[in-house]
Amino acid sequence: MSHDASRQPAHLVRSTDDLTAEERRRLIASMRPGDAEGVPELHEVDVPEELREEIETAMSRYPQLRSAAIPVLWAVQRQYGWCSPEGIRQAAAVMGVTPAYLEAVATFYDLFATSPIGDHRVLVCHNLSCWMRGADDLLEAFCEATGADLHDAHHHGASSADGEFFVKGFECLGACDIAPMASIDQRYYGPLDGADAIAAIEALRNGEEPLPDKAITLRSAAGEPRLVRRASEDR
Amino acid sequence: MTDDRMLFKDIDAPDLASIEGYRRRGGYDAVRRALFELEPDELLSSLEASGLRGRGGAGFSMGKKGSFLPRGDMEKYLCCNADESEPGAFKDRELMQKNPHQLIEGCVIASLAVGATYAFVFIRGEYWEIADILDRAVAEAYEANFLGSNVLDGGARVELIVHRGAGAYICGEETALLDALEGKRGNPRLKPPFPAIQGLYGGPTLINNVETLSNVPHIVENGADWFKGFGTEQSPGTKVVSVSGCVQRPGNYEIELGIPSREIIYGLAGGPPDGHRVKAWFPGGSSAPVLTEADLDLPYTFEDLAAAGSMLGSGSIIVADDTVSIPELALRTARFYHHESCGKCTPCREGTNWTAKMLDRVVRGEATPMDLDIIASVQDNIIGHCLCVLGDSMAMPVGSMVAKFRDEFEAAIESAREPGGGELDHSLIDRPLTTGARAA
Repeated sequence: MSHDASRQPAHLVRSTDDLTAEERRRLIASMRPGDAEGVPELHEVDVPEELREEIETAMSRYPQLRSAAIPVLWAVQRQYGWCSPEGIRQAAAVMGVTPAYLEAVATFYDLFATSPIGDHRVLVCHNLSCWMRGADDLLEAFCEATGADLHDAHHHGASSADGEFFVKGFECLGACDIAPMASIDQRYYGPLDGADAIAAIEALRNGEEPLPDKAITLRSAAGEPRLVRRASEDR
Repeated sequence: MTDDRMLFKDIDAPDLASIEGYRRRGGYDAVRRALFELEPDELLSSLEASGLRGRGGAGFSMGKKGSFLPRGDMEKYLCCNADESEPGAFKDRELMQKNPHQLIEGCVIASLAVGATYAFVFIRGEYWEIADILDRAVAEAYEANFLGSNVLDGGARVELIVHRGAGAYICGEETALLDALEGKRGNPRLKPPFPAIQGLYGGPTLINNVETLSNVPHIVENGADWFKGFGTEQSPGTKVVSVSGCVQRPGNYEIELGIPSREIIYGLAGGPPDGHRVKAWFPGGSSAPVLTEADLDLPYTFEDLAAAGSMLGSGSIIVADDTVSIPELALRTARFYHHESCGKCTPCREGTNWTAKMLDRVVRGEATPMDLDIIASVQDNIIGHCLCVLGDSMAMPVGSMVAKFRDEFEAAIESAREPGGGELDHSLIDRPLTTGARAA
């Protein structure tokens, strides 16, 4: 095996100990990738005034401003429908961080969309309790009603061709008491069957609230209003 | 019938979520007592004496955890873990939705006890409408001066911020929660240092679950001895138990710790539909090793479930009846942890991935009985080898299912095999010998 010395970075084939400070700086500049973006300046981005205000409000609430990263990405997603590169760049400029920093955060969390998705978001829980009570059929019904692809919906989520809907099988939404259930535009509804899925999509198409009588906020606690105590002989 | 529940008292009263409704029932009296009648050390020792154990999963003494925070004037923090994301758990959601001020009061008192000036409620992003309710309640509490720069003009500052996550089960792990709260990807940290010493922003931090903190006002109001009058010696108090899966009345039930598990599953939740029996149940969320019908008479306590080889965890019972295939249950369980693994530690990242793949093969009839041994050995190699317990949380239930229902896994492999399949394809093995073998 032979090494072609001319293909190696300069500092790997000769000592850099005797470089002057100026030469060292030039060497480092030549090694920096051309596409690495620093912190964008505010004048370089065209951030809408209301988005900027929302970001600054979030930043001011925390003892340290980077804590606002998740609320800021929520604001970007509200503004553009997803965490678009342009939106992330605008937020980065306001926050004083690199776009790469915010992108790294955005790609970690399931609820941030890093590619465009349908307007109405339907998350169908398909984990243990919902699965045992028919979640797979429910997901299929939502896919049929919207035209979203069932296989993709089971995995990363799928949007309908008209861009109206995004349907995704979700890992436990924390509402096993109303299984099988779905989160529709950030509100919980359940228990649902195939007919409910059709009715919900129909209502959303007409600009109405889907399934108002199935909202989780209307549900009473289970059981009778009393504490179940131990039998006295066990005490 | 009088409502003698503690955390769930008057839970469906329409005015309970408002500050007036809450105060009408004696709410926020405990803050006054904590601020003007007790020293922080007395508060902590009373919480420790109550024996209140963490309701988020680990079951560690709440007061003891608080006492680990250093004294002194440094910035300290309280984090309420409201990231409830484990399959089967939904108690915190109902507690926050219907009685948000109980939690806020608990946060204020816990902050006073440890000297925290900032309190955060880290709520999972999926609970958007619940976070809206909390936000409204927090605004009311600020208005009434139970929160702010000078709480009730008693000289203490407690700020409370509701922080919405964005979908990641791992953020319920306390150090991942801290990273997420600092605006990073939610990866767990190496422990020690523990958050009590070095937590949020590097400062001492107390992290407690929603239900744990909701208990605090009741203990301060009524005393540690009163609290110990409920439950068993090692598991004092009441517990909101989430029951779901194959039961007729799923939901949250507040019980006294120590009642038989059968009474929860059958007496309260109605048991499986008529004609069906309990096959397997998770006593403490999907991370708990499964138990069987034979274990139904276990008292529902931290100690009895641990002695039976499982755990009370967050107090979430998931019931699978005789219609449920255990290999498929194992597959769904493994898929969850595979999806939620943050990928930082190799045993968890790879172990959850391959376990899900192998279980998928079992369910599709493409596995061999030997694969079951490999699945079991992968679980053994995850447990205890990662920064956090996410991988263990898959290894324990999946390992227990393979151990307790091995015949069902083997039957699944056999029955899914195609008739006439399994014949050796000799063209694949009758190959010329390698040069090494020929030389020998």
